[in-house]
Amino acid sequence: MATEPIAGEFASACVDSHGSAIGMPQLCAEWIPNQVFWLVITLVVIFFVLSRIALPRIASVLAERQGTITNDIAAAEELKRQSADAEAAYDKALADARAEAQAIGQQTRDEIKAQLDEATREADAQIAEKTAESEAAIAEIRASALANVEIVAKDTAAAIVAALGGKADQAAISSAVDNRMKG
Amino acid sequence: MATEATHGAEMAGHGAENAAETGGLVFHPMDQFIVKPLFGDGAVGMFTITNVTLWMLIAILVIVALMVFGTSRRAVVPSRSQSVAELAYGFIHKMVEDVAGKDGLVYFPYIMTLFMFIVIANFLGLIPMSFTTTSHFAVTVVLALCVFLGVTILGFVKNGASFLSLFWVSSAPMALRPVLAIIEIISYFVRPVSHSIRLAGNVMAGHAVLKVFAGFAAVAAISPLTIVAITAIYGLEVLVAFIQAYVFTILTCVYLKDALHPHH
Repeated sequence: MATEPIAGEFASACVDSHGSAIGMPQLCAEWIPNQVFWLVITLVVIFFVLSRIALPRIASVLAERQGTITNDIAAAEELKRQSADAEAAYDKALADARAEAQAIGQQTRDEIKAQLDEATREADAQIAEKTAESEAAIAEIRASALANVEIVAKDTAAAIVAALGGKADQAAISSAVDNRMKG
Repeated sequence: MATEATHGAEMAGHGAENAAETGGLVFHPMDQFIVKPLFGDGAVGMFTITNVTLWMLIAILVIVALMVFGTSRRAVVPSRSQSVAELAYGFIHKMVEDVAGKDGLVYFPYIMTLFMFIVIANFLGLIPMSFTTTSHFAVTVVLALCVFLGVTILGFVKNGASFLSLFWVSSAPMALRPVLAIIEIISYFVRPVSHSIRLAGNVMAGHAVLKVFAGFAAVAAISPLTIVAITAIYGLEVLVAFIQAYVFTILTCVYLKDALHPHH
């Protein structure tokens, strides 16, 4: 930017008549007070702007954000804990229900088994009773059948004796039939 | 680097004289650093409004725009400018805390002032045709002296005479301690010199190199190459602008740490 010529009468020990720097402009003593003065002003202004306005504001924003994040994390932790609790409660309810169902099932099975045993026992008793009755009837029938056979045999024997022209002696026939039947 | 630039300036000065005679290559790499009055052609006095004033004012305006107006919405979810302001705040705040310790945070606004001024002035200097205030030793020496004097006074106020134990390396053998003390004292007083010349030297050298390459661009045969080189150096200068501000600030933190905790 400095290539445009500066007026020749511009009095300076550090700039030649063409407006170019002589040596290092950094070492030009003539300009130092100006730079130092404006630098000090600048630094003071920046310091007050930063320390009075900008830095406290940024610090509060950062603190607020940190607070928000901390709160959000705490809330998330709380929600997580609640969901864990709910899940535990659900699991517990499920396990309880399952256990109860098992208990009810077992009880029902036991009841049915007891009823079944009872019915079986009753049936067995009835069967035994019926069997005994039947056996008694059969024995009675057998006894009566034997008696009938004896009567029929005596009558038949008496008839045969009579048919053969013999004189049927009731007592003799009866003893003879008895002897035969025993034999 | 600063001395190289000095030689470069002298050579370039001769080059300019020759060029005026021959009409060949024209190099004025140091003309960009000339301080001149904005109004009229008078001499530059202490209170004259010059291009230094203008560019420092622009630096103030940029800082205010970024740090005050950029953050005016105080949004929890930040806008772009607020993010940059918060980034700068967090960057320097963490640097002070890490390097100087928790008790160094009291001086955070001062260090933030230095950093913001240097980094903004460096970046403003990269605008073509601008004036780079931080390329002048007058500016960086004042900055470095503020740090040096501030830190030295602070060291004596906080620690009293025991601040001198900074120079007495108690972990070294007794025979070596006087020698080390002399070295430590010399290095302590060299601090403001290196602190200021490092910044101005880097900035000035980079800008002068850009100008030299720009002079070569007048030669048609090599101008494409020159323009590529200017682009590359400009990219480097963008890095240097930030890194030098960073280096200046972190050294300030280191010196502050020495003042607060002088014992080795």
